[in-house]
Amino acid sequence: MTQPVSPPRDSTGKVPSIGQPPAWRVLVGRADVRTLSLLGVLAALVLIGGITKPDEFLDTRNLQLVLTQASVIGVVTVGMTFVITSGGIDLSVGAIVALASVWATTVATQEYGFAGILFTAMVVGVGCGLVNGLLIAYGGMVPFIATLAMLASARGLALQITDGRTQIVTVDGILKLGERDSYVLGIPPLVLVFALVTVIGWLVLNRTTFGRRTVAVGGNAEAARLAGIDVRRQRLYLYLLSGLCCGIAAFLLIILSGSGQNTNGNLYELDAIAAAIIGGTLLSGGRGTIVGSVLGVLIFTTITNIFALNNLQSDVQQIAKGAIIVAAVLVQRRTASTT
Amino acid sequence: MAPETPLLSMSGITKSFPGVRALDGVDLDVRAGEVHCLLGQNGAGKSTLIKVLAGAHQPDTGAIHWRGEPVTLRSPIAAMRLGIATIYQELDLVEHLSVAENVHLGHEPTSAGFVVRGKAARASTAALLRRLGHPEIDPGRLVGELSAAQQQIVSMARALSHDVRLIVMDEPSAALDPDEVDNLFRIVGDLTADDVAVVYISHRLEEIRRIGDRVTVLKDGRAVAGGLPAKSTPTREVVALMTGRNVEYVFPERPSSAPTGAPVLQVRGLARDGEFAPLDLEIRPGEIVGLAGLVGSGRSEVLETIYGARRPTAGQVLVDGRPLRPGSVRAAVRAGLGLAPEERKAQALLMLESVTRNVSVSSLSRFSRGGWIDRRAELGAARASTRELSLRPDNPAVPVRTLSGGNQQKAVLARWLLRGCRVLLLDEPTRGVDVGARAELYAVVRRLADDGLAVLLVSSEVPEVLGLADRVLVLREGRVVHTAPARELDEHRVLDLVMEGSPAS
Repeated sequence: MTQPVSPPRDSTGKVPSIGQPPAWRVLVGRADVRTLSLLGVLAALVLIGGITKPDEFLDTRNLQLVLTQASVIGVVTVGMTFVITSGGIDLSVGAIVALASVWATTVATQEYGFAGILFTAMVVGVGCGLVNGLLIAYGGMVPFIATLAMLASARGLALQITDGRTQIVTVDGILKLGERDSYVLGIPPLVLVFALVTVIGWLVLNRTTFGRRTVAVGGNAEAARLAGIDVRRQRLYLYLLSGLCCGIAAFLLIILSGSGQNTNGNLYELDAIAAAIIGGTLLSGGRGTIVGSVLGVLIFTTITNIFALNNLQSDVQQIAKGAIIVAAVLVQRRTASTT
Repeated sequence: MAPETPLLSMSGITKSFPGVRALDGVDLDVRAGEVHCLLGQNGAGKSTLIKVLAGAHQPDTGAIHWRGEPVTLRSPIAAMRLGIATIYQELDLVEHLSVAENVHLGHEPTSAGFVVRGKAARASTAALLRRLGHPEIDPGRLVGELSAAQQQIVSMARALSHDVRLIVMDEPSAALDPDEVDNLFRIVGDLTADDVAVVYISHRLEEIRRIGDRVTVLKDGRAVAGGLPAKSTPTREVVALMTGRNVEYVFPERPSSAPTGAPVLQVRGLARDGEFAPLDLEIRPGEIVGLAGLVGSGRSEVLETIYGARRPTAGQVLVDGRPLRPGSVRAAVRAGLGLAPEERKAQALLMLESVTRNVSVSSLSRFSRGGWIDRRAELGAARASTRELSLRPDNPAVPVRTLSGGNQQKAVLARWLLRGCRVLLLDEPTRGVDVGARAELYAVVRRLADDGLAVLLVSSEVPEVLGLADRVLVLREGRVVHTAPARELDEHRVLDLVMEGSPAS
């Protein structure tokens, strides 16, 4: 009387095999429909860029610029992906980046040189994440509200520190990192940091107990609790992680701009959430993809770059971004219901 | 008394859900002005039937006639337009709206088509509440501030605010005090005097005797008796109809000798105010103890409190003689407790994940060093424990949502098996499990007990408790009314105990 169970299929339509597949199968297997379609969109964008502005777009310097710009928001998006996968949200990332970047570039901090700036950016990021995490995990606040409050406060504090002035960085070690001399094989150091964060993020999400617990909490918090997972502590760690990523992003931004400003990181929260969502991370939690998020970031950054090269204003960019988010989510719902 | 055409006639209604045939050709006739009682054990198909009647579920096959005319109840609104109103057991009121707003939700009295005339709504609500014998409920109060009984009255007022011809009440007395029940019966009497038909669902036979005209008994998705006289059919006959079954469950053999080891789980005076009275319990390794009782008798609450998912107001839980930190699931899991909860999908499973990950989630530290998961070891262990339970398909990489109910339950059991748990708490282990797959699940549970696990089993299906458990505690309204070895009890006796409360002969 048991129901005949037809072999279930994974998102690629294949029957999953038992056991550990060989490495190449892992790579191909990872490239599911969603990832492939994101790659397709990215390829199409590169094609559009190459056709409309063949000389400027495909120029090495321009590609380096695109990747550098993607690095700052990309690092934030990796942290955001973890938070969203756990069923949460972090609206304060842009504000934390701003606060960390100005705190790390005050005259007092700069006296401690390179290490002082790096250390301050990280500590401010993690500190803000700690406040978020405590409020959400142990204070019982809704993530949306807690991080919205952090958004307002951190921006306010950033403005108070700078008084609205741009804080120029005079530490040589920092400035040097932004120059072409420090590129490694043509790759800017910022991009290397982004790549490193991405790889570590992927490993943590897919290969560690921390990642497993994140997915479990997001997929079914009650089930996770009854399975013996410390859901609150996990939530605290997740906002700490997001704060840490903001600290790293702030440091990258300091290198990129050679300064700290209270207007830094404006609307990063929206860009990071959008990139994660079009990448395939479920806003309701329980499923997250670092690769998708990074592709989402690259898509957005490339669009911005193409629009800029073609002298289209940012208003048109914003409209296009909105349209892409809607299209991506609709396509995903389509594929989700057919598999 | 009997008019030629019944007000409502449902015939040959079938409804299947994945893995379960909830209704299998059910007939139901309801006459205007009668109280028609619907009886059946949990899972007999009562809720599904009334949801079909309310337009919330669409039947797979079957016909519905309303005053002799064939009708399709495409949506709850369609049913409401005909004059069918349903009061569900879980009240569907909006807590943050006022009584009057709830009563008129969806059909507010308006001016110019959209301006809500609040005064008119409150006035008509007040009139309805007077009619229901509860003039003290202020139509302007928020529903969330009312007691459960008052909310029920509001729900009833909402049903009556439509031009209702048939009203379905799903266990309306469950949340009521005795004098409130009297008021409920008076309302039912008024309704039937106005020629409104009432479909009344209850587990309490004495209520059915008092107000019922006819009884339809459901069992395993079939109507085993339709239109019996409610007042004169002997209790024994009703109980026999509810319990006699076509499929005999096959239960595994009990071990020949009683377990002798020291109790691994001891519960001392454990209680939660308003849920269950102080309870004592001991389970030895190898022993299966059953808790029998109806929905609302406090069964699940007892289990979840032992597990630390609810904080007790008194008493303690000891494992191997050591008290557990109260209200801590993690402490319970660390001490060797495992829970297979009633709502598998909502409380146990990660539906987006594979079987492996569902099984390993409570034992991740075993496969990891420094947080790094050894996925080969994880897969191997998951496969070993799912194989031990003969989980099908024999491939732990498949998503858990593709499994049948019985195999999903095995995935939950495999989780605790892998964890090396010593006390297994099973809450309605065969809910949503095919009849055919149940015997296998029973065998699995017995085998786990034979291997030295202590099992605490909660089920509203009396034969399951009697067939599987060694010792049975009968719960009624949060109180243990009887304790006995399973072989000294039979189904009728237990049903008498859980329904009537007194040990009838």
